[in-house]
Amino acid sequence: MAAYLLRRLIQAALILLGVTFITFVLLYILPADPARQIAGRSATAETVNNIRIQLGLDQPLYVQYGRYLDGLLHLDLGRSYLQKTEVTTLIASRLPATLLLMLGAIVCELAIGLTMGLFAAIRRGGRIDQTLMVISFVAVSAPQFVVGILLLYVFAVYLGWFPIGGYGSFSHLVLPAITLGILGAGWYSRMMRSSMIDVLRQDFIRTARAKGLKPTTVMAVHAMPNAILPIIAMIGIDIGYFMSGIVVVESVFGWPGIGQLAWQAIQRVDIPIIMGVTLVSAFAIVIGNLLADLIAPLIDPRIKLR
Amino acid sequence: MPDTPAAPDAPVLSVRDLTTEVATPEGRRVVVDRLSFDISAGETLCIAGESGSGKSMTALSIMRLLPQPMARIAGGSILLGGRDLAALGERDMRQVRGNDVAMIFQEPMTSLNPVLSIGHQLTEAIRVHRPMPAAEARNLAVKALAAVRIGEPERRLHQYPHELSGGMRQRVMIAMAISGSPKILIADEPTTALDVTVQAQILELIRSLQKDFGTAVILITHDMGVVAEMADRVIVMNGGAMVESGAARQIFHAPREEYTRMLLAAVPRLGAREATSGTAPPAPDGDGAVVTVSDLEVGFDIVGGLLRRPVQRVHAVEGISFDVRRGETLALVGESGCGKSTTGKALLNLVPWNGAITIDGMPIHGLGRTRMKPIRRTIQMIFQDPYASLDPRMTVGELVAEPLVIHGLATGSELADRVAWLFGRVGLSADQMQRHPHEFSGGQRQRVCIARALSLSPKVIVADESVSALDVSVQARVLALLQELQDEMGLSYIFISHDMAVVEQVSHRVAVMYLGQIVETGSRAQVFDDPRHPYTRRLLDAVLLPDPDRRRGHFPIADGEVPSPIHPVGEAPKRVAMTDLGQGHFVAG
Repeated sequence: MAAYLLRRLIQAALILLGVTFITFVLLYILPADPARQIAGRSATAETVNNIRIQLGLDQPLYVQYGRYLDGLLHLDLGRSYLQKTEVTTLIASRLPATLLLMLGAIVCELAIGLTMGLFAAIRRGGRIDQTLMVISFVAVSAPQFVVGILLLYVFAVYLGWFPIGGYGSFSHLVLPAITLGILGAGWYSRMMRSSMIDVLRQDFIRTARAKGLKPTTVMAVHAMPNAILPIIAMIGIDIGYFMSGIVVVESVFGWPGIGQLAWQAIQRVDIPIIMGVTLVSAFAIVIGNLLADLIAPLIDPRIKLR
Repeated sequence: MPDTPAAPDAPVLSVRDLTTEVATPEGRRVVVDRLSFDISAGETLCIAGESGSGKSMTALSIMRLLPQPMARIAGGSILLGGRDLAALGERDMRQVRGNDVAMIFQEPMTSLNPVLSIGHQLTEAIRVHRPMPAAEARNLAVKALAAVRIGEPERRLHQYPHELSGGMRQRVMIAMAISGSPKILIADEPTTALDVTVQAQILELIRSLQKDFGTAVILITHDMGVVAEMADRVIVMNGGAMVESGAARQIFHAPREEYTRMLLAAVPRLGAREATSGTAPPAPDGDGAVVTVSDLEVGFDIVGGLLRRPVQRVHAVEGISFDVRRGETLALVGESGCGKSTTGKALLNLVPWNGAITIDGMPIHGLGRTRMKPIRRTIQMIFQDPYASLDPRMTVGELVAEPLVIHGLATGSELADRVAWLFGRVGLSADQMQRHPHEFSGGQRQRVCIARALSLSPKVIVADESVSALDVSVQARVLALLQELQDEMGLSYIFISHDMAVVEQVSHRVAVMYLGQIVETGSRAQVFDDPRHPYTRRLLDAVLLPDPDRRRGHFPIADGEVPSPIHPVGEAPKRVAMTDLGQGHFVAG
């Protein structure tokens, strides 16, 4: 177990190193000039050049990258070009909001997705199944900004049940969490349905019924844990989807998380923030996958970590 | 309770005109046709028949566990203590399942829930009908495991199904079934998926439990050996209907119906080899060996730790040597995990191995794909599952032609003629070439596999459990075909099987394998008439004879697990030394 964890963490470090390298090179070859952005439109070429030298942007790629890695070793992600604040401080102040939103979205997609999938599987081929699968199809294919704006219009503007945007209370969380989770809910309902149908065909379900167990026990104790197994691995991968969704959803709902931070930074070519957010996202995905792999053996005794 | 006391031999279960239908795309199909029978307490009734005879559907009808919504009981009654199970509501039926009628299934590997502990699954079965504190149910569970002779029952409660062998899992299933002291135990092919020695133990177990509890047992099987061993009364089914029923002795010694006679005639019998077609063994000093294997070793590493280095090694095959001469059949016989299939794969270079193998004079160690290609024309393989080994998207004609195309041996009309000839040779008609594998029965599919193997005119065919999945009557015909092809083309077979009776019927020489090593080898007569190794004797003892007058006596039930071929790295298992008993008969130790 300890050896397994150590190996996975070493792998994680290598993945993160790769992510920093690719992002760094991409941002380096980007035609946009951060120094010009900082100096403003009216600045002279000399001012721009000074800023460039000051930020070390005149150095060759390997020197810049070496410096960045050196900072990273000391948990220093650099300073924002425009806000003049440490990137770590900026991210740290916004991370809780994003984590809360992600948690809400995961709860939402599991609650909606698994329930829909379960009922569709039990009523396979019937009207309930068909209706649920149409809904899941819509959920999977609707773009998030459309869903977000639609929800805002209906539940915030028209019905007035939830606030239009902002952060602070549970009611603020509901609409963004649903918007972020609805895509996953669509996928999970389909996965859960096929997984459940597969499990219900297994011999051990017949054994459970032959014991005289109630249908609810057969479902909850014998079928569900087996059906959920393939989905757990998906949740880990899902965090990656969330990261791309968060930029959109946080902008639509004015949610003060790292997605919004990233969006602003991209517009202004604030490279240290872009790097920082990318790194944090990659870290989240790696950790999400690791967690999924650690949870799986708790449900399935056949899985051994080694 | 009915007001009149029941007669002492009143049936516990009485089935009348039971009719079960399955909805198919072509309309309703009757799978159980007006079946009637009674069974009394302490009695064993065997329902025998080949695949598709409706025997399993009968069991599922009684349990009301028919696959929904396709199958339903269309008529008749199933009377249990004054109640008609066929008309019972689902809620009442749940009280019957596991309580009055319990069932064990064919596949012990998949019939237990993989994510729940043995203890959970056992106590659950106990508490569903008799609510009681968990600790009390645990005690009963331990007792049930002890009753099925599982060693260390306390520890087993914490184990999961994947930690147990097939035989142990089937015992857990039986423990679960008997834990509710049912009046009736339905066992649907309970030993079909198990090794012969394990089968013998499970049957012995069912018999002794039945004696202790007075349970009525309905045993469903395709194996007439099992029927002869267990049955008081027998029902023979075919195509959903009862063909014949009667006392076991009458069915075996004086069958009234033609179908029953055919079924009994097709059963391979131990000691009946004179009856089979004359197979003169090839001259020992004839053309020499087509296959020689010396000191073959196959192992698989199990990795672990930080650097994923091998920590354990599966010693699948551990230094075996044999040769096969032209026109000869060598049987590799043993139970699951003994390395017989791995040996077969090594002969075709399908697994990495050490040692020396020569096929038709060519050493094949370390040959790559291109250099192995000509060798594959000499040696071909037929597998156990004819359905899984045929690509469902290709027509059978394409499947048989494929080897010829790959080796560039024929094209155009020559190819078509050759394939048509092969179809005729294995007893299929050439106009079936355009069909897909799913349109054929199991026996026909195996013929397609044989045609495919024959297409390259090989000298050696490795037949890995090639008839094990077939019904006995089909099995007999496929074996006859293999025999004919051998006589005609001088083929050599390496016949891999767990079935001693079949092996006795087809082989010239036999090698008995145990834990990756050969423990006894010799001519058919030497091994079957004069078995010297205790394991060979045990294998022979475990074979069931299709004769109720020659039931096997007591068969010892082991309470632990079988030894494993997995050892820590660096600790190779001890090699057995062979003693020469003369005339090619060797035995370990």
